[in-house]
Amino acid sequence: MNEQHTTKAFDADLQDLSRMVAEMGGLAEKQVADAVDALAKRDTTLAGRVQSADAAIDALQQEVEEKSVLTIARRQPMAVDLRDIVGALRLANDLERIGDLAKNIAKRVIALNAEFPPPKLIRGVEHMTDLVLEQLKAVLDAYARRDDSKAMAVWRGDEEIDAVCTSVFRELLTYMMEDPRNITFCIHLMFCAKNIERMGDHATNIAETVHYIIDGNPITERRPKGDTTTIPALSGAGN
Amino acid sequence: MSMANFTVPTVTNSVGANETLTEKVTVKDLDFFYGDHRALKNINVSLYHGKVTAFIGPSGCGKSTLLRILNRMYDLYPNQRATGTVRLDNDNILSPSQDLNLLRAKVGMVFQKPTPFPMTIYENIAFGIRLYEKLPKSELDDRVKHALARAALWDEVKDKLGANGQSLSGGQQQRLCIARTVAVRPEVILFDEPCSALDPISTAKIEELIDELKEDYTIAIVTHNMQQAARVSDFTAFMYLGELVEYGDTTKIFTTPNDRRTQDYITGRFG
Repeated sequence: MNEQHTTKAFDADLQDLSRMVAEMGGLAEKQVADAVDALAKRDTTLAGRVQSADAAIDALQQEVEEKSVLTIARRQPMAVDLRDIVGALRLANDLERIGDLAKNIAKRVIALNAEFPPPKLIRGVEHMTDLVLEQLKAVLDAYARRDDSKAMAVWRGDEEIDAVCTSVFRELLTYMMEDPRNITFCIHLMFCAKNIERMGDHATNIAETVHYIIDGNPITERRPKGDTTTIPALSGAGN
Repeated sequence: MSMANFTVPTVTNSVGANETLTEKVTVKDLDFFYGDHRALKNINVSLYHGKVTAFIGPSGCGKSTLLRILNRMYDLYPNQRATGTVRLDNDNILSPSQDLNLLRAKVGMVFQKPTPFPMTIYENIAFGIRLYEKLPKSELDDRVKHALARAALWDEVKDKLGANGQSLSGGQQQRLCIARTVAVRPEVILFDEPCSALDPISTAKIEELIDELKEDYTIAIVTHNMQQAARVSDFTAFMYLGELVEYGDTTKIFTTPNDRRTQDYITGRFG
């Protein structure tokens, strides 16, 4: 394909959108890393910073929306250009949600205050975070390079995160059964794990969008699923 | 381009999956020459009854030429010839024995610039009917009224049928031309950039009209306005340098075209 439009300003519009989405992606990655760092290091100051930094992602999302609507109105994009813009809108939405989830983890760090779980329990959550950050980085890279095979690899790779989430859940359940005083921080930690697992889902959403931008067709194969928390939740709780 | 690369229209989205398409016009292995210049190269395409087919492509790609073949308009000029077959139902319209007057009554054409005759609105319509049929006055009146109504112009001109056709606005003149085409009861209507000289409101009226007319006719439209092609047509053909590059369901052509050239053209990346 010719890389450039006859109207150069249209290229500039599309590049601006991609740049804003990439910037959002960078911010979201940092927020996730910082939020879990704050949790591991019991750093409420860092958690506070994560909370206030979320506004920047929200503002960017709004900018992406405004720019997309304006570009559609102005250029009447077709085919790949239209998918590019619709894709930017969807990506911005997913990245904004990832930012919200990171903020939620930060809030829980502050809520936990002095009552911190043993580092052993946090390790599972940290491991999940590493996996999610890897996925997020890979999918943002796939977006920047319009690399369909890389996006599809992310789409298929969510299984492990789900599996770790299930094992963290089991571990926390045992801990809560041992001593009811553990329940508060275990619940908070469980929500943190679930938040991270949700981020993984957003990363696969992004992978689907990247595939759609490049290929124009939705993915038809079934995605492998590793999250079984809803089933052992019942059996594990002794029901 | 080899035959293997042609995309057969896929019956999806805008066309119901269970709907059977009836070929009205079938173009097969069509070549066209302006003197020595080969303006169309091996064109294969079908127009379906009750469907609108849009022809898009950059200037000089042969889309208007193709349209002019469908009613043998090129016969009016020397040194122009077509080879291959173009069937209207079962008649090969390229055959030398084809009755051109009859053909042009069956295949009507509306041009880019409105071309009302310098006569009254009534006569503009009645003129064409009289060429083919001898009708009593009352029946002729009915046919004129029906044609004007079909072209969504009746309400605007019913009180001034005696006014000169050229006194109407551009959009009204174009609808008058459509009424004139409809009046002789054609089977196929060809539109050659019917809205390029009109304002957005008149354009919308013509598009609405095309949508209504397609129930009874087979319609082909040449347009430079991509959004218009996307809005009004069921099938779209993209032509480039005298070749038919891609032909298929309109929804598919404008969202995920198969050919890189089609994509470059519809997204404004050409050349």
